[in-house]
Amino acid sequence: MDDQKEIVVSSKKFRNKSIVAFIVFFIAIAAGVFAWKWLQRQPQVAGVQKPLRKGLSLDEKVFSKALSDKHLAKTYPVSAAAKNVRFNGDVGLRSPLDSNWKLKVVRSPGDTLFISLDDIKALPKTDITFDFKCIEGWSQISNWSGVKFSDFAKKYNLGLQTQMNYVGLTTPDNKYYVGIDMASMMHPQTLLCYEMNGKPLPLNQGYPLRLIIPVKYGIKSLKRIGTIFFSSTPPPDYWYERGYDYYSGL
Amino acid sequence: MKKVVKKHPLAIRWFHWINFPLLAVMIWSGLLIYWANDIYRIGWGDKTLLKFFPNSFYKALNIPFRLAEGMRLHFVFMWLFAINGFIYVLYLIFSKEWRYIFPNKRSFKDAWIVVLHDLHLTKNRPPEKKYNAAQKIAYTVVIFMGLGSVLTGLSIYKPVQFRTLTDLLGGYEWARIEHFTLTILFTLFFVVHIIQVILAGWNNFQSMVTGLFLVKENKESLLAKVIPAEEINAEKEVVEILPTKEEDIIEEISIESNNEEKE
Repeated sequence: MDDQKEIVVSSKKFRNKSIVAFIVFFIAIAAGVFAWKWLQRQPQVAGVQKPLRKGLSLDEKVFSKALSDKHLAKTYPVSAAAKNVRFNGDVGLRSPLDSNWKLKVVRSPGDTLFISLDDIKALPKTDITFDFKCIEGWSQISNWSGVKFSDFAKKYNLGLQTQMNYVGLTTPDNKYYVGIDMASMMHPQTLLCYEMNGKPLPLNQGYPLRLIIPVKYGIKSLKRIGTIFFSSTPPPDYWYERGYDYYSGL
Repeated sequence: MKKVVKKHPLAIRWFHWINFPLLAVMIWSGLLIYWANDIYRIGWGDKTLLKFFPNSFYKALNIPFRLAEGMRLHFVFMWLFAINGFIYVLYLIFSKEWRYIFPNKRSFKDAWIVVLHDLHLTKNRPPEKKYNAAQKIAYTVVIFMGLGSVLTGLSIYKPVQFRTLTDLLGGYEWARIEHFTLTILFTLFFVVHIIQVILAGWNNFQSMVTGLFLVKENKESLLAKVIPAEEINAEKEVVEILPTKEEDIIEEISIESNNEEKE
């Protein structure tokens, strides 16, 4: 400690300084404990204490600025794609599938498009092999094909609708539903997907049509799309209601 | 009268004690997240030496099925952890405190001797200033670990937006492994740190609260007081061969002086 200056203080001064320092120390500990307990007690928004929801909104504000059509999820050669694609959830898939399935696109209240799978397949096809990331922490390289949502929106003249802030998607039975910000939905890698590994989607992967959105965790890649609608406010979101972050962007 | 050294500046004490609960919350919420995909282990093939983590561990700490809670805590407290760490590093730079912490060429050699000394395998101990060589290396490494946690964390939090960073770290899955490994290293650092603080004793601990480190009576002044000049020279030789801690010398001397008194 040669570099640190030695000073001489009276025993009394040393004692007083120590006492003050320890009082501040214990007050700080008490304040920390109190702040933690206060946080747990706060009124909740969708199962999450308000200050933490605000924190997550701040995260979204900051990191959605980084979102760009030029920032693409890494892609891989098709050969890297898994043959056994992981299946993780069947909420929204438990009801029988209507054999006359058609995609419903609500352009405005009372103005709904019904679009068949064949019509969707007739649109320009896009193929992507990317690392699908689950919010649980695992990821898997997998291959998907379909139509870019942005191409789909152009083809069906949804220009007005895509000016809005959000897109909502639900399964035909309305048991699973997600809300997605428009920038992520219009991202060039976001697909209305009907094929996995070059074959029609299996039932448990969302046949006939699912969302594949590489800029979000897998919870947003809704399987078996029933309805697509547009909204200026955040549409209901299944996992948001269960305490997760609404944005869930990658 | 007391002879003291202003060992830890007020700012450093605040950074330290604020960091402690923040790091605890980050590790705790990290555990809640990790549980949802707890695939890491130490082992080879079918042989597992240590699973991260055993079910009994999860059960004892009530960790299962709290992923959402873990994520929101992690992604809110990360700001506080990163900001506190960032300001701390700025402070180290501008206050020149980094000089006490950052190791020099000698430190790497000296650190081994310090470790051997702490394990009672040698009586040698290199001279030290505010921190010994092993402390310097440990404290410097832990700062870089903090930076590593922020960067690996960011790369798995937003792997699409910060793709270059994720790629530099070896990809998404590797970055997750690195983030996890750093957390394990933090907890190991914590364990060693606590043991060392306990062994170092009250004066050392209280200096992290009060800032003031109480200096034991200087050996030279003691030597001058109780031992004739010829003996000082003899003593100095011993000191040079076995440069032990100040306190040890003082003890030796006081025992000798007691004997002298008895004679």
